[in-house]
Amino acid sequence: MGNTSSMLTQHDIEEVQEHCNNLFSQQEIVSLYERFCQLDKNHGGFISGDEFLTVPEFVVNPLSQRLLRMLDGLNFKDFVAFLAAFSSRATVHQKIEFIFKVYDLDGNGKVTFNDMLDVLRDLAGHFISEQQRKQVLMQVLVEAGYTENSLLVLDDFVKILGMCGVKMEVEVPVD
Amino acid sequence: MPGLYSSNSEVDLDRHDYLHESSPEAHGKLLLHDLLDISPILSEAAGAIVDDSFTRCFKSNPPEPWNWNVYLFPLWCLGVLTRYVVLFPLRVVLLFAGWLIFLPSFSLVHFLLRKNDKLRRQLERYLVEFICSVFVASWTGVVKYHGPRPSMRPKQVFVANHTSMIDFIILEQMTAFAVIMQKHAGWVGLLQSTILESLGCIWFNRTEAKDREIVVKKMKEHVEGTDNNPLLVFPEGTCVNNEYTVMFKKTPFELDCTVCPIAIKYNKIFVDAFWNSKKQSFTNHLLRLMTSWAVVCDVWYLEPQTLKPGETPIQFAERVRDIIAVRAGIKKVPWNGYWKHERPNPKHSEQKQQGFAESVLRRLQER
Repeated sequence: MGNTSSMLTQHDIEEVQEHCNNLFSQQEIVSLYERFCQLDKNHGGFISGDEFLTVPEFVVNPLSQRLLRMLDGLNFKDFVAFLAAFSSRATVHQKIEFIFKVYDLDGNGKVTFNDMLDVLRDLAGHFISEQQRKQVLMQVLVEAGYTENSLLVLDDFVKILGMCGVKMEVEVPVD
Repeated sequence: MPGLYSSNSEVDLDRHDYLHESSPEAHGKLLLHDLLDISPILSEAAGAIVDDSFTRCFKSNPPEPWNWNVYLFPLWCLGVLTRYVVLFPLRVVLLFAGWLIFLPSFSLVHFLLRKNDKLRRQLERYLVEFICSVFVASWTGVVKYHGPRPSMRPKQVFVANHTSMIDFIILEQMTAFAVIMQKHAGWVGLLQSTILESLGCIWFNRTEAKDREIVVKKMKEHVEGTDNNPLLVFPEGTCVNNEYTVMFKKTPFELDCTVCPIAIKYNKIFVDAFWNSKKQSFTNHLLRLMTSWAVVCDVWYLEPQTLKPGETPIQFAERVRDIIAVRAGIKKVPWNGYWKHERPNPKHSEQKQQGFAESVLRRLQER
């Protein structure tokens, strides 16, 4: 599946399906490919940040910049793997793992106080001051048994978020 | 546990997020779980990545190919031959003849009748209507007009949904409107500065921010004049694929006059009339139309509307957009058409941020 091909073979589809742990059906993968090609306007084989930013619904999302850092330069296979967490077939654990990755952008397996502050800043914008942000985060962390210096790992996230289930799903339109 | 995101009810319709479902107001003490659970926002982002209504507005859906078997294929070839070798040359000749008549007549009228303004403008109107009819004939336009023809009265503005520049020509052959348009380059620009100028058309430049105030002023002056040609505006600000409408700009709705909606719907079976200005030049678009069988469309002149008491111009614009969308059988989307040409301002995410912030601060107080 080269950068320039615009047709998916059965072999390509199966390869992509394996790469995303069978979380998407073959039809969904074909639909996603159409969408990928639609967004990849200059046919570079990957969707650049600028190309994602032509979708107004994406631009107005508070976490768009953070997600762009994860999405930039992904080829189709990785694009599908990225979206796999949103499949209805994905487990709660897989969804929590995705959320963890959004926090842990540098990928070292640990989420710091600052990582959480960053996300909180994206979510609340300038409507909460820096001071208040730190205060809020501190308060809820301490109540949950952590401190400012705690480094949260995936298991912590599973413990915190797993209790109430995580609803994170997107439907891939299939013709 | 309900999420921290809820929709604001009091919101400027310009930025209203129709797609954001209002989740129940979050209550109860703020916990770490509430802050860390970004799943709804992520779902929205992923939803936009997978499919978004804005991109759908500008997609030309190619018709299903029907020429794929042994007898349909030769028939199709015959059709192609007829269109390119018989129809197209005839149409070009027709167009040429039309211009040959129009250009000298228009110049004569324009220069010789300088003194007699009223007669000159009347003749210019007829001539413009004539050349537009020639244009329409050159792509075998079959237009069905419904509803009462526009009358020349002050304090009224006409609005229509926009699919291509030919919308203007189709409407113009029936009534010599003054239209408000983006100034173009090339031969279209030349036509704009000579002939269309005489109709009282107003130009604007999308890229100039200050331009808006000047344009609004010109529009107000125009609708107030009794002698001016009726003003036609395409409030979407850009060409859309005739299956959706994007948000209407509020300018024509705050001129303090009657708004007369016009709905235009093209029949795709004959040709897809959507002009994607990013993909092809107007010349290529015209050539495509001239080598098709016909351009078939319906035009509905709908009942004039005025601003209701207590209605804002934005609400008025949406109400008229509703009327047009229902009549033409097209869907509405809440997006600004200008985002086709420039990136949306991230300030639009502020509405969500504000809702989240308020929820957090409120729940912080709860025990």
